[in-house]
Amino acid sequence: MIEFDQVQKSFQVGGRAIPALHPTSMAIEAGEVFGIVGHSGAGKSTLVRLINLLERPTGGRVLIDGEDVTGYDANELRAFRRKVGMIFQHFNLLSSKTVSDNIAFPMRLAGIYSRSEISTRVEELLVRVGLADQARKYPSQLSGGQKQRVGIARALACRPTILLCDEATSALDPQTTQSVLRLLGDINRELGLTIVLITHEMDVVRRVCDRVAVMDAGKVVEIGPVTDVFLHPQHPTTREFVLESEHIDQKELQQDLGRAQGRILRLTFRGEATYKPLLGQVARESGVDFSILSGRIDHIKETPYGQLTLSLVGGDLDLAMQTLEAADVHVEVVR
Amino acid sequence: MEQMLTNVDWTEIGWASWDTLIMVGVSLLFSVLIGLPVGVLLFLTGKRQLLEQPVAYAVLSFVVNILRSVPFIILLIVMIPVTVMIIGTSLGVAGAIPPLVAGGAPFFARLVETSLREVDRGIIEATQAMGASVRQVITGALLPEALPGIIAGITVTAITLVSYAAMSGVVGGGGLGDLAIRFGYQRFQTDVMVITVALLVIFVQLLQMAGDRLVLYFSRR
Repeated sequence: MIEFDQVQKSFQVGGRAIPALHPTSMAIEAGEVFGIVGHSGAGKSTLVRLINLLERPTGGRVLIDGEDVTGYDANELRAFRRKVGMIFQHFNLLSSKTVSDNIAFPMRLAGIYSRSEISTRVEELLVRVGLADQARKYPSQLSGGQKQRVGIARALACRPTILLCDEATSALDPQTTQSVLRLLGDINRELGLTIVLITHEMDVVRRVCDRVAVMDAGKVVEIGPVTDVFLHPQHPTTREFVLESEHIDQKELQQDLGRAQGRILRLTFRGEATYKPLLGQVARESGVDFSILSGRIDHIKETPYGQLTLSLVGGDLDLAMQTLEAADVHVEVVR
Repeated sequence: MEQMLTNVDWTEIGWASWDTLIMVGVSLLFSVLIGLPVGVLLFLTGKRQLLEQPVAYAVLSFVVNILRSVPFIILLIVMIPVTVMIIGTSLGVAGAIPPLVAGGAPFFARLVETSLREVDRGIIEATQAMGASVRQVITGALLPEALPGIIAGITVTAITLVSYAAMSGVVGGGGLGDLAIRFGYQRFQTDVMVITVALLVIFVQLLQMAGDRLVLYFSRR
């Protein structure tokens, strides 16, 4: 478990302390995929670097499995960092080393593995990330997705318990992003690794994360299970991110709503409710007519969800809302 | 052809070439041995680097700048007492080496510093995140990544040393420069001058070609 206890960070710029992270307390559970979303400069990079102490906090404590890592001496810190893998937006592979040597690099640095242990582990990891036939190549000969796979294999080499992902998919095209995210999901499931992932794309969070923290101007403004944060965003920044990921233009949406008649409701289906043939039943029983103004059916990690904005005209509106709520549909009255 | 080169003593030219080779080779070796660690230190103590040390950087940088700002012909003369102390004489091949190193090492140190700065900061960060010590970051990541740049730096330094070595002929150093001055300049033997210059040109060309090949071999970008 990763705990931040009133942890904060400020940078000295021209004699003045500029806060990058205001005092923050939160916990990341062992084995979960935890997302941190925010615009650039929101402090998410700083927060993630406080976990492996690439950045030193200017106040507060960072506890890993109950132990305060900020008090570690140089040797303890080095040993601890081996247990925390990290991957980067620009991969940060050594261009002078082959794929194999890049993956073996952290093990060689550790100085506690034999030659045969290293080569067995490298073989294993190459297969794990699907690059068994690229072992002798240099990073410049690989595609972006392949480079990130090498990065992942390298991060896993010393069998870490935590994997930090710093905008790991931001430099990749959508298809490659999907396959890298799938790989991260598999790793989380099969190895029980805790993954902390920072990104500016809500879509990435939706696909792989269990919980998410939204950051704005050096503060965590919202935190919770992805299903809750994604479907019922509270903070304006969160709302902005969710709308952005759904490609909804707020202005257009308001125009559409303005033209619609009657009562406007937003329905959120989650899990099994998504598959029920509910709308027709409600319309028949309550006699309301409905039109769909906007809608989306998708998955949050493995949970299916649907979100529909409807305008309802005529019939028994209260009965319609009761029926929907009785069927585990979250009903929000927009107008 | 024979008549045009009446003054040329080929054995003398052969020995002078050999002397130049030795002067450049030995001074290059020491320039690299001294310049590499100094360059690494310059880089590490620099602003926002691993071992940021403004005072150490300022001092080191100042010394390097002083040695680099003195014209080499002046350095040759200024260095004479130091050379006598180290070698016993300021003349000949051996006497030319200390001033050559004094000119070559700081030059190379700056080139090393520059090529280390070219290494992506992300690679340093990634290596640190793996639990590397500062020493491991240098030997495991920085130097291998900067190797093509460092080899290019060695090539440039070697070529600079060729011209410095020729200059040392003025104050009694050996080699082709000495030949050019004593015969070509003082005795007006133009043919000797032409041959020595031609040999120096060929020497520089060969060095550049070899350097470029090595850089290409070690570049994996």
